[in-house]
Amino acid sequence: MIVFDKVEKWYGSFHALKDVCETVAAGEVVVVCGPSGSGKSTLIRTVNRLEPIQGGRIAIDGRDIHGPSIDVNELRSHIGFVFQQFNLFPHLSVARNVMLAPMRVHRMPEKAAREAALALLDKVGLAHKADEFPPRLSGGQQQRVAIARALAMKPPVMLFDEPTSALDPELVGEVLTVMKQLAAEGMTMVCVTHEMGFAREVADRVIFMDAGAVLERAKPEDFFLRPQHPRATKFVSDIRHA
Amino acid sequence: MQDILDILRDYGLLLAVGQFPDGPIGGLALTLILAVTGLTVSFPLSVLIGVGRTSHHPAIAWTCTAFVTLVRALPLLMLIFWAYFVVPLIIGRTVSALTTVICALVVYETAYLAEVVRAAILALPKGQTEASRSLGLSASQTLRDVILPQALFNAIPSILNQFISLVKNTSVAYIISVSELTYSAYQINAQLMTKPLQVYLILAAIYFIICFSLSRLVRLVEKRIDASRKAPVAAGSAA
Amino acid sequence: MHLDFGAVLTPQYAHWILWGAATSAALFLSSWVLAFASAAVLVAIGSAPFRGARWAVAGFVAYHRNIPMLVQIFVWYFAVPQLLPEPLTRWVNSHNSEFIFAMIALFLNAAAYMSEDMRSGLRALPPAQMEAGRALGLSYLQTMRDVLLPQAVRAALPALVNQSLSLFKATSLAMAVGVAEMTYTSRQVENETYRTFETFAIASLFYVTLSFAIMALGAWADRRNLRAAGH
Repeated sequence: MIVFDKVEKWYGSFHALKDVCETVAAGEVVVVCGPSGSGKSTLIRTVNRLEPIQGGRIAIDGRDIHGPSIDVNELRSHIGFVFQQFNLFPHLSVARNVMLAPMRVHRMPEKAAREAALALLDKVGLAHKADEFPPRLSGGQQQRVAIARALAMKPPVMLFDEPTSALDPELVGEVLTVMKQLAAEGMTMVCVTHEMGFAREVADRVIFMDAGAVLERAKPEDFFLRPQHPRATKFVSDIRHA
Repeated sequence: MQDILDILRDYGLLLAVGQFPDGPIGGLALTLILAVTGLTVSFPLSVLIGVGRTSHHPAIAWTCTAFVTLVRALPLLMLIFWAYFVVPLIIGRTVSALTTVICALVVYETAYLAEVVRAAILALPKGQTEASRSLGLSASQTLRDVILPQALFNAIPSILNQFISLVKNTSVAYIISVSELTYSAYQINAQLMTKPLQVYLILAAIYFIICFSLSRLVRLVEKRIDASRKAPVAAGSAA
Repeated sequence: MHLDFGAVLTPQYAHWILWGAATSAALFLSSWVLAFASAAVLVAIGSAPFRGARWAVAGFVAYHRNIPMLVQIFVWYFAVPQLLPEPLTRWVNSHNSEFIFAMIALFLNAAAYMSEDMRSGLRALPPAQMEAGRALGLSYLQTMRDVLLPQAVRAALPALVNQSLSLFKATSLAMAVGVAEMTYTSRQVENETYRTFETFAIASLFYVTLSFAIMALGAWADRRNLRAAGH
């Protein structure tokens, strides 16, 4: 479904992604991990063109998404993206956060948009917060709203950029529960995360990156028990003892 | 003190509304009309220019930056003289001193307000734009629904402060004999001849009362906005 | 439109314009120096541990912030002489009273704004700086002058540059009491030559050039500042 083909990315003279070749199949859940600065966030940000690439190709269902004929707004509306810092719109109510894109991009009437939003908020367990404003919610609740907001565009694929890293430890679980539920429903997911438990429970595959390159790809249990690459070994031991 | 009361009794009405209703409106009323008109007209323009300065389109960003920098480099008086010369050339007939002053004030104010708008836009976290764009909203939809509602709301205190400085700037209209508050006081002084201290103390006091109360109001609004940021209740109703 | 700068730059008019430029520059420089020094004094008084001193400074600042610059010039030029003793008035009148009163009004106004900027710069400093200065045996005023104010000025630099720019532009208001600065003389040349565009273009060029110089100086000092702070 998503194919990375020799992807190269530079920030000035810094080589952020080096010859990345990877395939994510429909319905697959892939966890991307690696030390900070390894390029994992950059990698998923290239998928919805939050970052341009300088070489190679990224295709979704065969379409070259960095190609010139791509309508970037249309492309992004088919890719759900969840940020580390939630990035909810603080001036809009929770329901309005979820309704904004369907109303603006799909021209959905307000009433239908609200019904759909309430259904999604119910799914993430926050229907009762629909008319609250984001700053009054806990971090975990905000991230669940952000997931509902991304789901409102009915994307076939969801990208998660360290969705639990900004959360207090006791709030991580509620977000992972929602993500597991999504995985169980067959959503195609690419998640940048260090949550080993999540990876072992739902991921089909783990990709390990360091210094902009993919160094290892493995089934979760193999990766966490028997990492092959020396840097992967060090990384796994580091997060074990963190 | 008695002098001041006498002047207020004899000329209070002139200071307040000029010749109105027998003649054109003037005095404090005209000062406030100038300021309110100036803000009302320059606000939408300043949003355009402020947004333009943050544009990724180099020609747009450059033009808006050049406008703001140039206007900020010139004294308001110079703009008034330019307006006297340029406005008739543009619209093809002579215009009143009042129109001239309004045009100059609008240009001047637009440049300063545009800086306020730009600063408010740049102060928003980058994640707001990214989140909106990643949902598939276009750049202009993002601006309208996500960026501007937040930026302009946050900028309310700065916009009000800008209004206070606009009230003070209207006094420059005196130079081309627009009969606002300062000019009215000048006329009264010319008639009385011997009481400049009293007349100008009254003039200073009137400006002080207005600007000082406005600045207190701004502080109040600022507090309300800070409070609402911690617990925003109906801060916006876009979407 | 037919442009003819020659008509404006005859020896006589060129002399007027140069005179105006020199007067504007003199007005700006003299009031800037006085404003900067007074602002520092105001900050020192305002942060002294006496309530009366703080209120006096607050009142001074409020007066200058809430009244138009032009009106402040009028107050000094028209109203204050009424209060001055006769010999002093006579002396001022025989020494270009327009320039002197305009300069006083300009520098007091700028001092009020600059002192506010320095004060916020001061507030941004850790309170331990004063304690450290006093612990070394410096007096309150010495600590203020040698330790706190230099740091506060550095922190307040961008704001001070903006105030300097405002002050420079405000010198044009001195024309209202007859100071023959740039705006005044260019208007006179315009009256005589009817060459509106040419005259105002020359005057505008003068203002824009010096304003840009002030902005550039500010940007330069800011960069040096950042480097000095180790960023």
